[in-house]
Amino acid sequence: MIQAILVFNNHGKPRLVRFYQRFPEEIQQQIVRETFHLVLKRDDNICNFLEGGSLIGGSDYKLIYRHYATLYFVFCVDSSESELGILDLIQVFVETLDKCFENVCELDLIFHMDKVHYILQEVVMGGMVLETNMNEIVAQMEAQNRLEKSENFPMTLHLSTR
Amino acid sequence: MSDIVERTLTALPGLFLQSQPGGGPAAAKTPFSSRLGGLVRGVTALSSKHEEEKLIQQELSSLKATVSAPTTTLKMMKECMVRLMYCEMLGYDASFGYIHAIKLAQQGNLLEKRVGYLAVSLFLHESHELLLLLVNTVVKDLQSTNLVEVCMALTIVSQIFPREMIPAVLPLIEDKLQHSKEIIRRKAVLALYKFHLIAPNQVQHIHIKFRKALCDRDVGVMAASLHIYLRMIKENSSGYKDLTGSFVTILKQVVGGKLPVDFNYHSVPAPWLQIQLLRILGLLGKDDQRTSELMYDVLDESLRRAELNHNVTYAILFECVHTVYSIYPKSELLEKAAKCIGKFVLSPKINLKYLGLKALTCVVQQDPSLALQHQMTIIECLDHPDPIIKRETLELLYRITNSQNVTVIVQKMLEYLHQSKEEYIIVNLVGKIAELAEKYAPDNVWFIQTMNAVFSVGGDVMHPDIPSNFLRLLAEGFDDEMEEQQLRLYAVQSYLSLLDMENVFYPQKFLQVMSWVLGEYSYLLDTEKPEDVIKRLYKLLMSDSISSETKAWLIAAVTKLTAQAQASDTVERVIQEFTVSLDTCIRQHTFELKHLRENVEVMKSLLPVNKSCEDMVVDASLSFLDGYVAEGLSQGAAPYKPHHQRQEEKLSQEKVLNFEPYGLSFSSSGFTGRQSPAGISLGSDISGNSAEAGLKETNSLKLEGVKKLWGKEGYLPQKESAAGDGAEAPPLPPEVSPSENIDQAAAKRTQAQVLAPSKEEKEKQLLASSLFVGLGSESTVSLLGKPDVISHKFRRKSKVKAAKSGEAASTHNLTCSSLNSLSHVAYEENDYLTALQDGEDTESKDLPLGPELSDSESLSELPLAEKVSDCSLSALSLFADSDMEIFQPPSSAAASLTRDIASASCFLEETAGDMCSGRMEVCSDETVSVSSYKLWKDDCLLMVWSVTSKSGSQLKGADLDIFPAQNFKISEQRGCCLPVMEAGSTKNFQYSLQMEKPFTEENLSGFVNYQMVDTHSVQLEFSVNLSLLDFIRPLKISTEDFGKLWLSFANDVKQNIKISEPQAALPSALKMLQQKLRLHVVDIQGNEGLLACRLLPSTSSLLHCRVHADGLALWFRSSCPALPDYLSYQCQKVMMVGPGI
Repeated sequence: MIQAILVFNNHGKPRLVRFYQRFPEEIQQQIVRETFHLVLKRDDNICNFLEGGSLIGGSDYKLIYRHYATLYFVFCVDSSESELGILDLIQVFVETLDKCFENVCELDLIFHMDKVHYILQEVVMGGMVLETNMNEIVAQMEAQNRLEKSENFPMTLHLSTR
Repeated sequence: MSDIVERTLTALPGLFLQSQPGGGPAAAKTPFSSRLGGLVRGVTALSSKHEEEKLIQQELSSLKATVSAPTTTLKMMKECMVRLMYCEMLGYDASFGYIHAIKLAQQGNLLEKRVGYLAVSLFLHESHELLLLLVNTVVKDLQSTNLVEVCMALTIVSQIFPREMIPAVLPLIEDKLQHSKEIIRRKAVLALYKFHLIAPNQVQHIHIKFRKALCDRDVGVMAASLHIYLRMIKENSSGYKDLTGSFVTILKQVVGGKLPVDFNYHSVPAPWLQIQLLRILGLLGKDDQRTSELMYDVLDESLRRAELNHNVTYAILFECVHTVYSIYPKSELLEKAAKCIGKFVLSPKINLKYLGLKALTCVVQQDPSLALQHQMTIIECLDHPDPIIKRETLELLYRITNSQNVTVIVQKMLEYLHQSKEEYIIVNLVGKIAELAEKYAPDNVWFIQTMNAVFSVGGDVMHPDIPSNFLRLLAEGFDDEMEEQQLRLYAVQSYLSLLDMENVFYPQKFLQVMSWVLGEYSYLLDTEKPEDVIKRLYKLLMSDSISSETKAWLIAAVTKLTAQAQASDTVERVIQEFTVSLDTCIRQHTFELKHLRENVEVMKSLLPVNKSCEDMVVDASLSFLDGYVAEGLSQGAAPYKPHHQRQEEKLSQEKVLNFEPYGLSFSSSGFTGRQSPAGISLGSDISGNSAEAGLKETNSLKLEGVKKLWGKEGYLPQKESAAGDGAEAPPLPPEVSPSENIDQAAAKRTQAQVLAPSKEEKEKQLLASSLFVGLGSESTVSLLGKPDVISHKFRRKSKVKAAKSGEAASTHNLTCSSLNSLSHVAYEENDYLTALQDGEDTESKDLPLGPELSDSESLSELPLAEKVSDCSLSALSLFADSDMEIFQPPSSAAASLTRDIASASCFLEETAGDMCSGRMEVCSDETVSVSSYKLWKDDCLLMVWSVTSKSGSQLKGADLDIFPAQNFKISEQRGCCLPVMEAGSTKNFQYSLQMEKPFTEENLSGFVNYQMVDTHSVQLEFSVNLSLLDFIRPLKISTEDFGKLWLSFANDVKQNIKISEPQAALPSALKMLQQKLRLHVVDIQGNEGLLACRLLPSTSSLLHCRVHADGLALWFRSSCPALPDYLSYQCQKVMMVGPGI
């Protein structure tokens, strides 16, 4: 099961925080910081897996991360997930974001954090992998976008001027 | 992608300017949706955390105002929510918005609802109280015809849902399993999986539906159901063996590319699905040949098909290998899997290398030759810059450790240990090092030094088994006497030199180990006298950084050394210093030391040298004190009661306070004794009681439960596996292997790479040869039938002996503690005796009261059952002829009184069937007296008031009124009036009372109006006290009925009542309960009695009495919650009033 999905930038600013296991608010923030420091120490040419920090439960949990330009995508998973499988799941997630936002960048994640969450909800639901098929996820999002357009014209206008 | 971000960032200010045209007053009109932009821009522009905090707080307060303003539309609210989410993500508290998030989810249109649900799932957690407000909305949305709404509801359910509300939505979600849209079915399956995780018993009934989901025509739904199956098979694989065929078929189809192309990821068919299926198969086939045979084919195909063109195929391969090694082995597959592992390990990609190491770690015990194959890679990984790779390598090395490579491997582990800071890594590694060191230690010096490193690094976080195992090893010794002594001597020497170092701080646990070893084995030293060691210990004792537990250990060591040292000033100082210590444990130790020092002979026999494991003959029953005890008893001392018994008595007398926790800690002050064979156990129950001896033994060291790491067989690989690479070289006896192995490794190295070995390479090869030394030659060892001689350096003595010596150690402890405390016993006993005498004095003062008490009791022994609470003297006197003069009314009334008695007795005759209380005057004036009776009729309480004229003259128009009471139903009964006695002078009024609501005590009041012949009408008020007991009636039932009723009642109360000579008292006690409380005695069997009663009109209550050693155990049960408590109170009262009856 996936315990948490964290996205933060090179300075440790959180861009997406989603916990599937309950942690108190302040612990969540500490976990983000701790994870950031764990990940930051690592060069790009060493492996993408590391053991969870002491806050998240130590060696029972794995942090699997990928670094894209300014952003780190970190999935915290328990032993029931395949490391390489999750690594590719991150890729799927990011590629989906890229398709939905057309050349996704950090700003998209900031200004459309709700939308990013909706996309994530289609990929991972309650800590379980729901959909790994990129086209399917994009189709779901487009359906929701149509809904948005029909109901909320001015807002869409604003979105398009982005 | 980084370019894009940078470009966008530079364009950022321009973008914001566009979105905020004009500024000034126009800014107020800016649409809400751009406010987030403003906020983000603000936050990004800031440089310090402090400024950010200020800005966000400002933002939050403006948001707070907005969300609570009644004019805020849902659309604005939606925008506010997004901003709140942003603030929460940055770690600021936005709890004021939670309720609005729920409102938005409840009331908004589709888009607003979506934001509302998202906000709720981010803000709240499963047990948040606000979540209950959402349940109805979720139920409504689940029933919606709009697919998006259903999807949203299912998502929120699988993310956060209160466990206790699951039943509310469960049927709706079950229905969704048949939904026509596959996305709904898929989400429903996952939602149910979530329920299975948080409340497994609530979804048990739908397991059959999961099977349907597994066979769903949509691949996505099937894949979702695999989550559930993986979980359930992990919990109990035997229950799902029948599904093996289905899983194999599915995997075959997936591998064969039968799925729609949509499911391909980089042209690999549904990789995540394959991974799941392979994991399930691995679990199902574990240790099960028949099931495993079903999957050989498909595993073979999977291995074959996985062409290595993408990362994700490695993921599948890894799972394949894992499955092949976890199911019942098939050599063909194992061979292929081994090759795959090679691909991983040799891959230049670091991720794959990591997984290769992980795979090796899993399989190396089945196939050690694999490790040998990849030894050079493993060596490289050992020095890898990535700590994760290093750790995985150490894990692998740990599994291949044997007596020949242990020094190198442990050294590598220690190196890593010194670098790591995470506590869980330290605990884990320290445990492994200690295990390996004990198992394979090559010599004493190495062993002690390694353990020193373990103790100083592991310190206070390591598992407590480690120090205790170490000490046991030292104490119990092993077969070779010489070796044993040398090990101990070396330990002592190394600890002394460690202690001599200035300004070094050791963990408390390490110091405890040191103090024990120094205390036991300092005698082995030739060069230093015990006095010198004591001095060092004293220095430690005076140090501030030492915990009091460690101090207790240190004093114990000093005590042991004192036996060997002649008069020592340091000991004197220790005694002076610590007899006044605030810590009771330390003080106790010091006192023991002090008293023992006064008798050197006893001390020497108590603390013999090197006997920590030997039996010591002890009179555990302390029978030599019998004479003393007998003397005490003959002088009138009370017999000793063990602590728990005293406590029980105390508890039965006063229910208010429970002293249990204090009692427990009182008897466990010997905590140091649990951790080492010779830590002195301090039984602090200093008593001369022989019955306590058995208990005391448990107070000392527990050896039985301790995990035995020692003596385990060393690393024993499979014999046939040597057919692999390692056996190419001729078998070598272990003695010559190191040098030979260098050549072997070197040869292989040149085979693999045609590079000239540099100096560095040579070092690595040397390392390799030392690391993998045991692996290649194992087959030889076993072929020659010669066991690995060196591997068990510290071979423990046979188990039986070990156990025996364990006992011995504990007995030894016992000896110390019980004998040491002897001197105290003497003092204490004296105190106790004086205290007893005092107690007797007060007791004898009490004695004169006794006769009085018994007198009053005899008074109460009346033919009628008395209601205890109403037991007033006047009522009593009425029936006791001799006490006439006590009666209150003036003497003129004497005549009428006699009449009254007559009338009462007549009255009694008439109502002989029912029990009846005594007559009681409730009020009077100079002309009339009003008295009342209670008649405990079978179905009600009948109150009779009689108004009697004292002068005997005619009562005219006398009338009685009862004030209405809320708890009673009162009805006047005119019909069955008593026969009028002496017509006119007495008038009786009868009321039947039914209880409406249970109560314990209640007053019933009323007034009497009467008119004498020649006077005006007079009003007299009165009141009577009624208690619940007035409404208790015997319940006549059989023993069987009693049993049935007993089980059906839920409310029970237990109560212990102390009575003297309980064995004899049962019948009389029951009789008393029958008389005084009107309970019906159902049955008496042996020392148990059954009683039953009912509370009018029809509430019944049962009582079970059992006699035990010092009292009566009462156990009430009833259908009414208040009744047992009340009855138990009444019973207690009855029993206390009449002790010994």
